[in-house]
Amino acid sequence: MTLDPSYLEYPRRALGYDHGLYPYSALPDRKPLAWPGSKSVATWIVVSLEWFPITPSDTPFRAPGHMQTAYPDYRHYTSREYGTRVGFYRLLDAFAKAGVKVSVAANGAIAQRYPSIIRDVAEAGHEVIAHSTDMNGTIASTLPVEDERALIRDSIAALCDVTGAAPRGWLSIARSQSFATPDLLVEAGIEYCCDWANDELPWAFANGLVNLPLNHELSDRQILNVQQQSVDSYAEQMLDAHDWLSTEAEAQGGARLLPLHLTPYIMGLPYRMDAFERLLAELAARPQTWFARGSDILDSFRSQM
Amino acid sequence: MRAGMQEGQADPGLYDFSPYRDRPPFSWPDGKKVAVWVSPNLEYYEIDPPANPHRKSWAKPHPDVVGYAHRDHANRVGHWRMADVMSKHGFPGSVSLSVALCQHHPEVVADANERGWEFFSHGIYNTRYSYGMDEAQERAIIEDSIRTVREATGQTIRGWLAPALTHTPRTLDLIAQYGLDYTCDLYHDDQPQRVNTASGDLISMPYSLEVNDHYGFFIYNMSPREYARTLIRQYERLAAEPSGTVMCIPLHSYLIGQPHRIGAFEEVLRHIAADGRAWITRSGDIADAWRAVHTGEPAA
Repeated sequence: MTLDPSYLEYPRRALGYDHGLYPYSALPDRKPLAWPGSKSVATWIVVSLEWFPITPSDTPFRAPGHMQTAYPDYRHYTSREYGTRVGFYRLLDAFAKAGVKVSVAANGAIAQRYPSIIRDVAEAGHEVIAHSTDMNGTIASTLPVEDERALIRDSIAALCDVTGAAPRGWLSIARSQSFATPDLLVEAGIEYCCDWANDELPWAFANGLVNLPLNHELSDRQILNVQQQSVDSYAEQMLDAHDWLSTEAEAQGGARLLPLHLTPYIMGLPYRMDAFERLLAELAARPQTWFARGSDILDSFRSQM
Repeated sequence: MRAGMQEGQADPGLYDFSPYRDRPPFSWPDGKKVAVWVSPNLEYYEIDPPANPHRKSWAKPHPDVVGYAHRDHANRVGHWRMADVMSKHGFPGSVSLSVALCQHHPEVVADANERGWEFFSHGIYNTRYSYGMDEAQERAIIEDSIRTVREATGQTIRGWLAPALTHTPRTLDLIAQYGLDYTCDLYHDDQPQRVNTASGDLISMPYSLEVNDHYGFFIYNMSPREYARTLIRQYERLAAEPSGTVMCIPLHSYLIGQPHRIGAFEEVLRHIAADGRAWITRSGDIADAWRAVHTGEPAA
């Protein structure tokens, strides 16, 4: 047996990354950030608001949470709709009770099908960011770049039609991008994306797009669905993270970011909501907490760049 | 002539059978009962690696943003958080190193070296697998590893953990021939054991998959506090058994260095450091101490 000789050649083995998308930066070497009001932990909630066609697409890949049984998959189609009709309103009420403003990552299809939801979000002072067309709108390098450009354009346009304003942020389905995505997002007027969970503070791509790392490890999908832990454990983990980050910020100077990524059909269930509301109350009671929308964090970060 | 791995045989002949019961107990330095070593994996995963015909690297078409960014977190954030906690409680690291990290992010390697950590090779990249390599190719990655780590740190590597745990039937014989003296790829014992190699003097260093943070979080789906309790139970049991055991805590800072996990993990280090029965050390020191006690044993 032998491998092609090129398998032992390393043309990109040099200082920095093996790509030019963004430069390397170690957190301890950076100029410390400060958030408004001298709060040390920006606590950023992102809710994914998604519409799953009952006719799933596997091109370029099937989205997490999508249909699973043979057609017609009533069970997953309606469970996802439950999140949008019921669970999401529980979350909105919980945010109002705790005085939290969040980022809502909405499929364009949500704005087209249920524009009243988008209006409710905007009227409550939350931010709407773009999150593809619908849950068949996945992105990967196997998607032709013209299709990806159109997908981004259509996602943004659908939200604009309801809110009257262009979304500043973008979240890809499953955080999946192609090599072209950062440039296509800038071309479409997007100022920040949430897809690269490689850091715990905002950073800028080489093309100027800012990334707000929306840590998938801290998402309700990862902890409750993938790892099958309880909502009580989830809440404990979020508080442990918050405590660690605030202590670290105090010890090292600077500020930190705690991203909470929520899914209405996961967190918005009756048996989970009380624990989640208690978590919000505990986070709100911590003096280090700055509840912020993505655009608030972006503006603060840019003012310090 | 001594025989190395028996390629194609049902029993690869890696080592002789030696039951745990009735082994003579021995003490680690200062009369300690259990040697504890922490093994951070300092890795570099390529964003667009070439394909190996025997194993796929990323699940998604390149770039696999979640997979790549998750690993990148280690080199931007996780390493320092994990390393600071280790240093605070007196735990040196024994690093399983993707040696190309010396070129890509020398800051990380230099930090580990300055903390007095030991380095062994985990291949060139964790996205380049040994499967399918011929002997010359495998020699090339061993020689590259020795040269690269020596140039970057001044250290001569003594150990090997195959890149992404990919081996060939000749890997153990080759690393022994190059003078490496321990492998972390065999999981048959809680104490070092001699490995049958065609030449050299190779021992198996107890590493661990079972209490590896990757297994804890993604195979067993443990919460951070469950994983911490698991490590403490592992330690308590090994410290209570006849003296001379080894406990390894293999880590990836993009996992253990996450903000929801590191606090629970710090309590594990605090517990072990305070206990008094642990020899908290590095893998090479364990190999030396074990050999000092077991010099008379035949290499099978």
